[in-house]
Amino acid sequence: MRGSLFRKNFLTALLLAPATLWLVVFLVLPFVAIAIFSVGERAPEGGYQAALTLAQYANLPARATAFWNTMVLAPVGALACLIVAYPVAYYLALRAPQRWRLILLALIVIPFWTSLLMRTYAWMYILGGRGIPALLAYVGIEDLRLINTPGAVLLGIVYGYLPLMILPIYVSLERLDRRLLEASADLGATPLSTFLGVTLRLSLPGVMTGFSLVMILLLGEYLIPTLLGGGKVFFIGNALVDLFLQSRNWPFGSAIAITLVAVSVVVLIVANRISTRLSGARRVDLI
Amino acid sequence: MSKSYRDGLPISPEKFVDQLMRLKRGSISRRDFLGLTGLGVATAVMARELGIMPTPAFAAESLGDRMSIATWPNYHDPATFENFKAETGVAVEVNVFGSNEEMLAKLQAGGSGWSLFVPTNYTISTYKKLGIIEPLDMAKLGNFDGTKEDARFTAEGTIDGTIYAVPKNWGTTGFAVNTKKLTKPMSSWKEFWDTAMTEADGRTMVHDYQLTTIGNALKYYGYSFNSLKQDELAKAEELLLKVKPHLFAVSSDYQPGMRAGDAWMTMCWTNDGAQLHRDIPEIAYVLGKEGGEIWTDFYAIPKDAPNKPAGYALLNYLMNPKVAVKEHLANGAPSTDARVNALLPKEVLDNPILYPAADLLKPLEFGAAATLTDPGRAELMARFKAA
Repeated sequence: MRGSLFRKNFLTALLLAPATLWLVVFLVLPFVAIAIFSVGERAPEGGYQAALTLAQYANLPARATAFWNTMVLAPVGALACLIVAYPVAYYLALRAPQRWRLILLALIVIPFWTSLLMRTYAWMYILGGRGIPALLAYVGIEDLRLINTPGAVLLGIVYGYLPLMILPIYVSLERLDRRLLEASADLGATPLSTFLGVTLRLSLPGVMTGFSLVMILLLGEYLIPTLLGGGKVFFIGNALVDLFLQSRNWPFGSAIAITLVAVSVVVLIVANRISTRLSGARRVDLI
Repeated sequence: MSKSYRDGLPISPEKFVDQLMRLKRGSISRRDFLGLTGLGVATAVMARELGIMPTPAFAAESLGDRMSIATWPNYHDPATFENFKAETGVAVEVNVFGSNEEMLAKLQAGGSGWSLFVPTNYTISTYKKLGIIEPLDMAKLGNFDGTKEDARFTAEGTIDGTIYAVPKNWGTTGFAVNTKKLTKPMSSWKEFWDTAMTEADGRTMVHDYQLTTIGNALKYYGYSFNSLKQDELAKAEELLLKVKPHLFAVSSDYQPGMRAGDAWMTMCWTNDGAQLHRDIPEIAYVLGKEGGEIWTDFYAIPKDAPNKPAGYALLNYLMNPKVAVKEHLANGAPSTDARVNALLPKEVLDNPILYPAADLLKPLEFGAAATLTDPGRAELMARFKAA
């Protein structure tokens, strides 16, 4: 008996080995390295020097603005994505003709095949002086500045992250049992209350998945604020780039990175809780 | 496998030249090696005698087919790298940076992948101290002639008699103004910063680079461009924080904004100033009369360069005055090399953007090595950007 139990455990371990190795190499090891960096000191010429101090963590308030900006940007950006994405996903899942659905889905996904950097550069030219403002100058609206504004950053974020919001909502709406909608109508509910009480409610797991997915990615965003916002507003992502590439203060950068991971985990847990509660007993797996 | 009808036929003139060129740049595939060794030796000797081959080193080492260089935005004639590829078969990948600090960070992290890069004068002593760059093997740089270089600009490439870097060009850091949008003539950093908060509100760019952005803020008060003094830096920070909400962008890549007309004024290096003025005549280049920065950019080879033979080959190619003159015409920055100056057209040598009047040059300072690694300046820049 004991022998076969051992064999079974051994087989399980063997089957899990590739996944475990993957996790260790790509998740645990880098994390450990960053954690070690974060209790070190900045070397005189920059970089890392071994030490055991919490000074970097004590210095976190020096980047309070970056944290604050990020804490505003992430939910606002995710909300903006949600507002644009929900009607699109709704149309795709419940209204679009069957034969168009696949084509429309492809149209949403295809831009994702090009690097975000390239697409953001394209927006730089569209919003820049030779793009839309040049067109507007023809009709007499002179010297309008669109690039390097908060609006441009929000536009870039909605554009860049939209598919990540549409797809999970689409999936949850697509799985919706149509009979529930009929039942709701039969029981005298108005279209609006059917939407609020049935459709929206049952799609909430998708909404929460999309929301937390976009929000977690936005916590590390730095490209769009730099290119479309002119690098004037500092986010945690920008602070990290700066600490690793300009001030070369790796320990401080590592402490911020660790804190960012901690914040992301809290966001995930909270989102999971809310989602579970809102959708009744259904548990949602976010990762 | 069927054989091609060409097999066994005498070598065609085209093919012969192909192989000759390939041998000339020292790249012999293993398959070709056996069949061509005799030819190769003969060609190598012949080429050296006839002076076809730029340096003997080429014959000895394979250059590979790619290398990468780290440099600045709008800094080279793209044709230079195309021509280098045509001559040697080595494709050059260009990595563009906004500050010396970024370059240092990449090199410190290791594995930058560069076989050549373009550091500014004040960084070279630090690179040497950190052991990141290698002493140049001058035997591989036959096109470089130190006696023709203007020592005023090139001294920082040599440390204790050893050459670690050879110059690319020199220049100044002033500001560019779109005079159609900002008609009031300007001549000082004080006017730059004051205008940024008034007429040029939302239209001014400063570099994402502590040396120049902090340095030129220090000049507002007449302090040294390189100051590390706490109280002086505090004044500079105060000014920067006051200007911040009025800026268009904090970025070292300012040509797109200026060309599109979104930005009307920007901190600017000589070469960009010359390019902007050449293409858009209403963009003027101004040196602050309080002073500011004068600089020389060098070429250096990282210790961990993955393709040193190609790094040396490209560097030697760039040191050829005939190649360098095209670089200067495209880039717009003045040369340190008398041989290049002799080849430049008169209108270039007379261009006041490139060769400013002596009284404007006099107060300018070369960047100081200490500013590169000073944590106080780095933190000030971060606070400015985070504000």
